[in-house]
Amino acid sequence: MPLTPVLTKRWLSPNSWTLQTYEQLEGYQALRKAFRSAPDDIIALVKESTLRGRGGAGFATGMKWQFIPQNDGKPHYLVVNADEGEPGTCRDAPLMMADPHSLVEGIVITCYAVRANTAFIYLRGELVHALRRVKNAVAEAYAAGYLGKNILGSGFDLDVVVHSGAGAYICGEETALLDSLEGYRGQPRLKPPFPATHGLYNSPTVVNNVGSIASVPSMILAGAEWWKQMGPGGSPGTSIYSLSGRIKRPGQYEAPMGTTLRELIEMAGGMRDGHELKFWTPGGSSTPMFNAEQIDLPLDFDSVAKAGSILGTGAVMIFDDSDCVVRAVKKWSEFYAHESCGKCTPCREGTYWYVQIYDRLERGEASAEDIDTLLDLSENILGRSFCALGDGATSPVTSSIKYFKDEYVAHYENGGCPFAQGRTLVGAH
Amino acid sequence: MALSEQTRIDAREIIARYPQKRSALLPMLHLVQSEEGYVTPEGIELCAEELGLTKAEVAAVATFYTMYKRHPTGDYLVSVCTNTLCGLLGGDEIFATLKEHLGVGHDETTDDGKVTLEHAECLAACDYAPVVTVNYEFFDQQTPESAHQLVLDLRAGKDPLPTRGAPLCTFKQIERQLAGFFDPEDERTKDAVASPSTGIPTLAGVRLAADRGETAPSYDPESPIPTQEKKDS
Repeated sequence: MPLTPVLTKRWLSPNSWTLQTYEQLEGYQALRKAFRSAPDDIIALVKESTLRGRGGAGFATGMKWQFIPQNDGKPHYLVVNADEGEPGTCRDAPLMMADPHSLVEGIVITCYAVRANTAFIYLRGELVHALRRVKNAVAEAYAAGYLGKNILGSGFDLDVVVHSGAGAYICGEETALLDSLEGYRGQPRLKPPFPATHGLYNSPTVVNNVGSIASVPSMILAGAEWWKQMGPGGSPGTSIYSLSGRIKRPGQYEAPMGTTLRELIEMAGGMRDGHELKFWTPGGSSTPMFNAEQIDLPLDFDSVAKAGSILGTGAVMIFDDSDCVVRAVKKWSEFYAHESCGKCTPCREGTYWYVQIYDRLERGEASAEDIDTLLDLSENILGRSFCALGDGATSPVTSSIKYFKDEYVAHYENGGCPFAQGRTLVGAH
Repeated sequence: MALSEQTRIDAREIIARYPQKRSALLPMLHLVQSEEGYVTPEGIELCAEELGLTKAEVAAVATFYTMYKRHPTGDYLVSVCTNTLCGLLGGDEIFATLKEHLGVGHDETTDDGKVTLEHAECLAACDYAPVVTVNYEFFDQQTPESAHQLVLDLRAGKDPLPTRGAPLCTFKQIERQLAGFFDPEDERTKDAVASPSTGIPTLAGVRLAADRGETAPSYDPESPIPTQEKKDS
């Protein structure tokens, strides 16, 4: 598979984050073009492209837009989910720092299509440099007439508010994000009703990920068929694969959907010398891990689902034979326990007990019964939690037991972690 | 320290950004931290008064989010990512080293009031693992030794430069930015915006594509957007 920079294509240009550079590289041409079409034609084009949301769930972006009721007399909102926090995921932050105007232009086009006059960018609090770049881009866009009243003489008005969160992974879940944006604790809402009809301030709201929105300008310029030339039928387009871990050149690699891990590792210069691939996540810690056997699996939404995992965010974390899978899952479990919002019992209690059991495993005090308890706990969390955070917490646990049960057994048969020698342990949360 | 009348004016400026005023609560709590260094009872009271909420309602929100601190924070908040990827690649050792050197644990501050140490969840920089942030600016690809030197420099007032992000300001000053105050014409702001944001990992893919001469398929930017009528006929 060749690399196909679309979202990343401007990143090498000097001052790629400025309006001046963006305008020299087709910037805001898509907006002009979009304004010459009817809003419904924009929605139809994005639907036709079959773009699937890049935030993890992979829902069809055009469908989301079409669900917004029109002529309902209510204000409509676009909320950009820039609360990037899924472990392993690190592609929205570089995008917002390197090319924030692609996000701003995508926002204007999206709002024009769904008839929203106010948009919010809910930015993860910790990402302060991305905040500066996005704030700057919004200020430049206002000054140049791409935001505000009567944009480019189209008669369309749009205001964009950049809003920093305050450190809560759960706010990446779209309804928790909306509660947070309304000034509440970020806890998920019951669905239905969905945000498309009852979202921010109980009004029709589109919630889209940064990558989905930033894809829109290119798609408007090049067309749905162009988008579909890249990647497989069910989930076409490009994806920024974020490669991290035990490889020689970790980083952001934009390639067509359906690229395999073998191809990605080759792009990244291979595994580090003297070590072999052991386990990896296709799209963040909430996506069930794979072992080396799935190295040739095409990484697109449908193929990964068929293989028993989730493409998620394309956050490929790569671990080798020096890494203890039990320790990895222990740390992810500590993360979920820390980030569980506490609203529902299965997730709140289940993740707490995960951590207790993983502590026992690492101390060498566990028994065979503990593995059964982990699986039993997982069954009681998966599908019984209020939102996807709980489901996600079970992914590393059940998938690691599926592929690496021997390593769990070694932990209680050897009286502790076989990898522990010379390692400094850090306390749980 | 009592909150000033200016804080109240700033709070009202935040409220004016939103269609419904309660949406201003999160940035207002950042504003409180920019004045007080943490969320104080006075700050909670101010938010409650301005938004027509009870103090309990405000406190319930403030205690939910990790970035709102419950006791005074040092000038520099040093966050070490100890989530799985960073942790296994060295973050755990970095955190242990800093704990030992600083003589403080998670969410504790050195006696000189300079450094608050914490371990953090995934900081969205896994391609730069292991990462440490200081007041949320990135210090990438750290080792126990480099992180040790980093805190030595912070305590000595040497202003170490982040790998990605703006030159360091204090915790209170960064909280003001998080409250959404941003003047694009201010020279210091301009410098901060222009500070480095990309390292080798960010550009690894685009550089490789350029070396290999690989691009996305070409297209005609003038290609028409189909109209729905045409499609139906």
